[in-house]
Amino acid sequence: MCLAIPAQVIELRDGDNAVVDLAGVRKEISLSLVEGVQVGDYVIVHVGYALNKLDPEEAEKTLALFAEMGGAMVEEPPVAH
Amino acid sequence: MKYIDEFRDGEVAKGIAAAIRQEARPDRRYHFMEFCGGHTHAISRYGVSDLLPDNVRMIHGPGCPVCVLPIGRVDQAIKLALEQGVTLCTYGDCLRVPASDHLSLLKAKAKGADIRMVYSSADAVALARKHPEKQVVFFAIGFETTTPPTAVAIKQAQALELPNFSVLCCHVLTPSAISSILESPEVRQWGTVPLDGFVGPAHVSTIIGSRPYEFFAEEYRKPVVIAGFEPLDVMQAIRMLIRQVNEGRAEVENEFSRAVSREGNVKAQQLVAEVFELRKNFEWRGLNLLPYSALRIRKEFAAFDAEKRFGLEYQPVPDHKACECGAILRGVKKPQDCKLFGTVCTPENPVGSCMVSSEGACAAHYTYGRYKDV
Amino acid sequence: MSEIRKGYVRPLDIKHGRVDMAHGSGGRAMAQLIEELFAHHLGNEWLAQGDDGAVLPAGSGRLVMATDSHVVSPLFFPGGDIGCLSVHGTINDVAVMGARPLWLSAGFILEEGFLLADLARIVESMAAAAREAGVPIVTGDTKVVERGKGDGVFITTTGVGVLPEGRSLSGSRARPGDAILVSGTLGDHGMAIMAQRESLGFESPIVSDTAALHGLIDAVLETGADIRVLRDPTRGGLATTLNEIARQSGVGMMLQENALPVKPAVAAACEFLGLDPLYVANEGKAIVICAAADADQVLAALRAHPLGADAARIGEVREDPHHFVQMTTGFGGKRIVDWLTGEQLPRIC
Repeated sequence: MCLAIPAQVIELRDGDNAVVDLAGVRKEISLSLVEGVQVGDYVIVHVGYALNKLDPEEAEKTLALFAEMGGAMVEEPPVAH
Repeated sequence: MKYIDEFRDGEVAKGIAAAIRQEARPDRRYHFMEFCGGHTHAISRYGVSDLLPDNVRMIHGPGCPVCVLPIGRVDQAIKLALEQGVTLCTYGDCLRVPASDHLSLLKAKAKGADIRMVYSSADAVALARKHPEKQVVFFAIGFETTTPPTAVAIKQAQALELPNFSVLCCHVLTPSAISSILESPEVRQWGTVPLDGFVGPAHVSTIIGSRPYEFFAEEYRKPVVIAGFEPLDVMQAIRMLIRQVNEGRAEVENEFSRAVSREGNVKAQQLVAEVFELRKNFEWRGLNLLPYSALRIRKEFAAFDAEKRFGLEYQPVPDHKACECGAILRGVKKPQDCKLFGTVCTPENPVGSCMVSSEGACAAHYTYGRYKDV
Repeated sequence: MSEIRKGYVRPLDIKHGRVDMAHGSGGRAMAQLIEELFAHHLGNEWLAQGDDGAVLPAGSGRLVMATDSHVVSPLFFPGGDIGCLSVHGTINDVAVMGARPLWLSAGFILEEGFLLADLARIVESMAAAAREAGVPIVTGDTKVVERGKGDGVFITTTGVGVLPEGRSLSGSRARPGDAILVSGTLGDHGMAIMAQRESLGFESPIVSDTAALHGLIDAVLETGADIRVLRDPTRGGLATTLNEIARQSGVGMMLQENALPVKPAVAAACEFLGLDPLYVANEGKAIVICAAADADQVLAALRAHPLGADAARIGEVREDPHHFVQMTTGFGGKRIVDWLTGEQLPRIC
């Protein structure tokens, strides 16, 4: 299922490696597939490799879109299933 | 957990659910396929279907690498470990997949084979360095997401001139599987697949980008919305698909813009192209032989190709005759339509590919949703 | 005074020595291991009897007896080791029957070559756990297997306790309408172990929850609430244990995902490995099923105990001929919480 999760880079290490943190859990991963990663960036981690940097602005946009939709729908009565 | 919890918020889900109900036209039905096991998992795990109106149905596609791994490939791995005495490394997902002769990698381990679960391809390389006396084979499975890490491992082994590391490459390609769903001979035999659109892969797309799906949108007039693997992502993608269908559009849209671009990860693509090339044919469990649907190791890296090093021949193994996985994977049938489902074929004793991993359509329905059938 | 010289026996070299086959052969080496290592740490009046078995007073009431074999890799993990785990595990099995644990036995299978220093650490930890719990180890046994035929040490403990008159707890007593409570966060032990595995290794603040639960259970029982079922969700986690109870009682269950207590680090480690904390082992948690009217009182009692600070009411027992354990997800959907299928394996690719 291509399990991958966003985690924050907290340390850059030799050999194109980095340490990422997710709620206090830390793991050394490889940065060989990405470029220009800095400490503080969020990366998508899959089988010990960063696949991509996560774009915080795009994430905010997506969340804002979700929230907008929730706000627009408040008038509708809840529908039971 | 930042960028995870916000995308699982039940309150926000209510808003999107309401939007979906409002936009889905009551006079028609919507059939969408989520290609990836990751989406199937999210839908089942969070109960996303319960938030959808009855006329919106999700069809679980073949995007679970464990499910589509043919028995013959697992047989090869088991043979290597049992007969050639290699140390076989693989991801935890593969260990339980049933193979021929009532074996699986776990059962082969019980028979004395040296089988190791690794978290990363790099762990397999490290093991080979630590044990120069052993032949270490990495049984590499997965879609485009998992392929670049294997390419890195092979390049690393080459740089280290590791004589005892090789890869049994079973990496497969997403676009070929989507094509097969849309136009294989089986589809003609079963009739038209009632698909109105696709929820496109999340992490596969971080690598390959959104561009490869443009062909499907244009050629087959099917909307594709690339979505993250969190439940809100899936809901939003469904809403975007409904909107496309209503407006008569068939475009590629990207809900997962926080991690996916049109071009994808070019560095990873280049690495993959350097190390791997297309196979003419590859067998997919439940989908048969699909042309140009998988990768093999290029001859420049032949020294690290386990198929060459150990002279492996591929022996296909047919699926159970009554198994309906082929139809289920294409959305023509539901798991409950299969005679074997829940009787002969269960998660403990999977017969067909869709029951093998918890992301398979049948296993997901069995594990999370079978209360709806009774 | 006839002073028997202590000499003529060279003391066990606990610092550098290793277990060898002689330590299991019934001769002087074995006697010495028992005396200088086991009895030294575990010593009590019953062990001092030095006979083949311990002679114990037979009180009134019914006896509860439970046994548990302990194998764990690594032997030492954050929050504990196989020694205290083997004491806690069996005490908990007796305690969740509603009985007061009184005595333990311990059987050791040692692998040739195992470091005596490690063994001493483990036995010391057992002794401390038994002392703290007030449940002495009154009899034991040691065997040694050849190198390669064991995993350092395996420990089997058996516990005996007394069940007061009139008390009856069983997995078959859950009734529709009952409340389901859990005494604390889920998955701590399993993830603490998993984090140590070489192949998956990650750094984390997760520690095993291994603990003896009889004090906590006493506190629950003393409320006088109508307790139907007590059980400790060890292997297979909460999900598996609830399915066992549902089947035994012939009922279904509905859980509320939002109510399930899980530590953020455990949740994060599960995300990394594609695991579900509901299926991860606990070694210091109790599931309490009680009459719904008593649930608040039981929850208060749990939370008042140091081992129950994170206790939560997580769901209710329902009528269901199919005995499904279901859950309302935090997302607002519904799903089955099924039995664990096979061994729990990371699911990543």
